[in-house]
Amino acid sequence: MAKKVLMKGNEAIAEAAISAGCLHFFGYPITPQTEISEYMAKRMPKVGGLCLQAESEVAAINMLMGAAATGSRAMTSSSSPGIALKSEGISYIAGCDLPCLIVNVQRGGPGLGGIQPSQSDYYQATRGVGHGDLRLIVLAPSSVQEMASLTAEAFDLADIYRMPAMLLADGALGQMMEPVDFEAFPKRETPEKTWATNGMGGKRARNIVNSLYIDPNVLENTVLERYERYALLEENEVKYEEYMTDDADIVLVAFGITARICKSAIGELREAGLKVGLLRPITLWPFPKKILGELADKTKAFLSVEMSMGQMVDDVRLAVNGKKPVHFFGRTGGVIPSVEEVIAETKKLAETL
Amino acid sequence: MKTVFDRPQALADVPLHYCPGCTHGIVHRLVAEVIDELGLQESTVGVAPVGCSVFAYNYFDCDMIQAAHGRAPAVATGVKRTHPELNVFTYQGDGDLAAIGTAETVHAATRGENITVIFINNCIYGMTGGQMAPTTLPGQVTTTSPYGRSRKIQGSPIRVCEMLATLDGVALAARVSVDCPKNVIAAKKAIKKAFQNQIDGKGFSIVEVLSTCPTNWGLSPTDALQWLRDNMMPYYPLGTYKDTEAVKDGE
Repeated sequence: MAKKVLMKGNEAIAEAAISAGCLHFFGYPITPQTEISEYMAKRMPKVGGLCLQAESEVAAINMLMGAAATGSRAMTSSSSPGIALKSEGISYIAGCDLPCLIVNVQRGGPGLGGIQPSQSDYYQATRGVGHGDLRLIVLAPSSVQEMASLTAEAFDLADIYRMPAMLLADGALGQMMEPVDFEAFPKRETPEKTWATNGMGGKRARNIVNSLYIDPNVLENTVLERYERYALLEENEVKYEEYMTDDADIVLVAFGITARICKSAIGELREAGLKVGLLRPITLWPFPKKILGELADKTKAFLSVEMSMGQMVDDVRLAVNGKKPVHFFGRTGGVIPSVEEVIAETKKLAETL
Repeated sequence: MKTVFDRPQALADVPLHYCPGCTHGIVHRLVAEVIDELGLQESTVGVAPVGCSVFAYNYFDCDMIQAAHGRAPAVATGVKRTHPELNVFTYQGDGDLAAIGTAETVHAATRGENITVIFINNCIYGMTGGQMAPTTLPGQVTTTSPYGRSRKIQGSPIRVCEMLATLDGVALAARVSVDCPKNVIAAKKAIKKAFQNQIDGKGFSIVEVLSTCPTNWGLSPTDALQWLRDNMMPYYPLGTYKDTEAVKDGE
């Protein structure tokens, strides 16, 4: 049987990245993700890797771009305001079709906000991370085990689809400790990086990593080609967890730490005789639209539960497409919704059905 | 028949987009000649900036990366740290290196990143049409300093080599010019040293090249060269500001 280790979520990300062959980490300290940097600083020299503390988030993401351009598996991590700083670099990385991992251990915002857990970077991750037509693969772990397994998966997906991936966690997941099994996650075949700028080596013509296209038709075609890859992702890589949705009159929709709170609430709601289930998106982009559309045919209402003022609820509404009412409950600013609050909101909604 | 003059291997056979009289072409050629002479073409990764030399990725016949404005030293750091065996250079203008990318420049330098930086100083933003640069001289008229750069309002220009020479990680900080054949030869020597330092693992090497921008200065190519001599050289004296062994671990 595989050996389980008790670890903090942030440390699990770092160890999983190293196990996945990421030997280069570029970071900058920011709460609540600093343990990733600290773990990397300790471990990397022992495995022949490198943890480099950059002068800024901006520099760290550009170091990552250079590393990714050579075809090396590399990553950076930060928290909300730091990701905002990285957004320029993320846009260039997306425009250059470079695979790499960016971790966001979210905290409250806007501005300096707070340092308590939040999910209010959902828009940033799925809509607004960098200028231009671009997407990131966005994976949302809900346990320390998933902090590890989705980190490994993010690297593989990034390589397969040749694009940046983001692990969207939050301060609670980053700080909590749970057992992790590092042998539990599968490894996928990834293509050879023939495009990498790692020296011609007398074997090939030059490679150019570039996001500039002066001719609008050429730029449009480049974006269209990229969107074909995005379409493949939407077709093949959507991940979610369904929990007690079969007979559910109300389906809660929640990701990350909030999904766990919802599961606890569902236990009690079921005991009270209410048929409530949960859909937990694991990929926030591509978003599990299809299953939500299917659930809309058999359930009576949805309740999106988030640690924000309501961001994912937009995607839920788009997926449900008016078939059933979609409600929202959330706490923001670093406040974690309680099980009791979710129960109360769900009961309130049940009374209207 | 003996070939006396040819295109360097490391320079791609494509037309350059630079304006008549612009000295980017000379500096491109010098860098390519040095890459050839040191046998580095197959192991070189260049990083292009944003600015007039943004298309440098088309011009150098080696692996190239186009970086965001000012971030070339950070991108180069990522390349060099994952592949120390590669020869990595950045090619940046004054806006890129000394304004928006100041932090990336200073910190790559102080870390002693073992890379080569070619810095084109022509006192102006060329690509966007002649705006004030961090190196624009006091009194110099640009489209965003139409009454001349005022030390009171816009502050004083940055002397990059002098500033970087104070940092332990810097192996070479030299300012050269390409205004006349004698200076072109000296410039090539400095560029060669900056690449040789990388081969020898000495650390961060920067060569600042005083260059002309006839188009945005509103001068003929020859007048522009004279303007460089009369105005830039007094504020930016040519010379080697630092040339030393890399700082050893523990020092």
